[in-house]
Amino acid sequence: METPFVLRQQHQRVVTLTLHRPEARNALSTPCLEQLVYWLELADADATVGAVVITGAPRFFAAGADLHELQKQDLPATLTDRRPLLWQRLAQFSKPLLAAVNGYALGAGCELALACDIVICGESARFGLPEITLGLMPGAGGTQRLIRCVGKSRASQMVLTGEAINASCALQSGLVSEVCVDALTLERTQQVAERISLQAPLALCAAKQALKQAEETGLSQGLAIERQQFVTLAATDDRREGIAAFFEKRTPNYQGR
Amino acid sequence: MDNALILTHLEAGVLTLTLNRPDRLNSFNDEMHRQLSEALTLAERDETVRCLLITGAGRGFCAGQDLNDRNVSVEQQAPDLGLSVERFYNPLIRRLTALPKPVVCAVNGVAAGAGAALALACDIVIAADNANFIQSFCRLGLVPDSGGSWFLPRLAGHARAMGMALLGDKVSAQQALAWGMIWQVVAANELAATSQTLAQHLATQPTYGLGLIKKALYSSANNSLDQQLDLERDLQRLGGRSDDYREGVSAFFAKRAPNFSGK
Repeated sequence: METPFVLRQQHQRVVTLTLHRPEARNALSTPCLEQLVYWLELADADATVGAVVITGAPRFFAAGADLHELQKQDLPATLTDRRPLLWQRLAQFSKPLLAAVNGYALGAGCELALACDIVICGESARFGLPEITLGLMPGAGGTQRLIRCVGKSRASQMVLTGEAINASCALQSGLVSEVCVDALTLERTQQVAERISLQAPLALCAAKQALKQAEETGLSQGLAIERQQFVTLAATDDRREGIAAFFEKRTPNYQGR
Repeated sequence: MDNALILTHLEAGVLTLTLNRPDRLNSFNDEMHRQLSEALTLAERDETVRCLLITGAGRGFCAGQDLNDRNVSVEQQAPDLGLSVERFYNPLIRRLTALPKPVVCAVNGVAAGAGAALALACDIVIAADNANFIQSFCRLGLVPDSGGSWFLPRLAGHARAMGMALLGDKVSAQQALAWGMIWQVVAANELAATSQTLAQHLATQPTYGLGLIKKALYSSANNSLDQQLDLERDLQRLGGRSDDYREGVSAFFAKRAPNFSGK
């Protein structure tokens, strides 16, 4: 691969992907996004990986899309842009995906955090969708995923004014699940990821699918899907192992079967 | 610089900032704000700065906003004072309290309005015995700003804060000390030496750890005991990883004076 815009590191069953374009405040250019998706797809196929953490730099998670790229795109080029496909592949990642956010998560950076299952941030974190101030609008889930987690009024205010919110506001409105001291954000996120990565892989995958369905369907259909996933797990070795270990008061030893 | 409204002097880890408009009792105008902001940027970025000392030139400490810049005539539209607060005073107070290094204030004379609030926003305040503090806002139909309404009740208590803010009377340095608003009162001719000695001592201490202490104390205002216990755990975790913690412990066991790097 050319210039590495994403650094990969694995500790036990947790892979950490660090966005690394410091000169561009981690702006998510297409090559950068491509590398991110590349690593995610490798992790998806890798049985030694249980969960993935995406993080950035201390002062910026990712400051948006690459404006130089956007500037060159006319209507036909935008129509055939492959970025939507990349975002789609990112959304299809089947294992738990966590974002550890310090500093700015703006535009595409904010949309990336929104696409993760769990977001944990530091006190310095700022989330915003400033696309409107450039005469455009969020184009990678910003208008859809944000409104589902923070509600109509706050989402509309953020999308229409382009103003960012701080960490405590993000916590209050449900955009993030935890706020911690900046210097511990990544460590804490990896800790949560590690705990997740020790669970049964098939159960994680099924639970994630069920959670994602909540955004796609109505309640009764969602309940039906949940039930179906629940039943499927009944046929797995890991389910027997999990319950047996509980009764025998020992740590379960999952095989992913 | 001849017309510097903020004098800066860096020596032995102490960055001394002197408010320097003595003929106007060091009251703030926009230019002084800009220069103070630059000096703060230096304090934030320069690792060799391990303590900040703020004082005033001449007989006053700081008389707050210079009212000469506030020409209000009947024909003019009402000014937006909020704008000046948002642009200058609020960032100043936010940066001082967030600075992960100790900030000492030597109050050499009158501290009025935002000048009093500026002093109270510093971590350790030493006042000359002839200094005094005035919450002058009420006499102009205004509200204590620059954190004045936040610090006062916390430092002096509700009753005294109300009295000071609603009456706008002078509070002497002795009174301020008795009320717990400041750390120490010294004779006017000893103020410079005492505050320098204190600042120089702080500049040799575990700066990183002191920064964590500041964070813990400021956070306690908005946290429940539960949240604060969690924060203490996190900050202690960071403190325990610092070079200075190791140095402190090994110096203790070796029965020698520690040599802290501030990291």
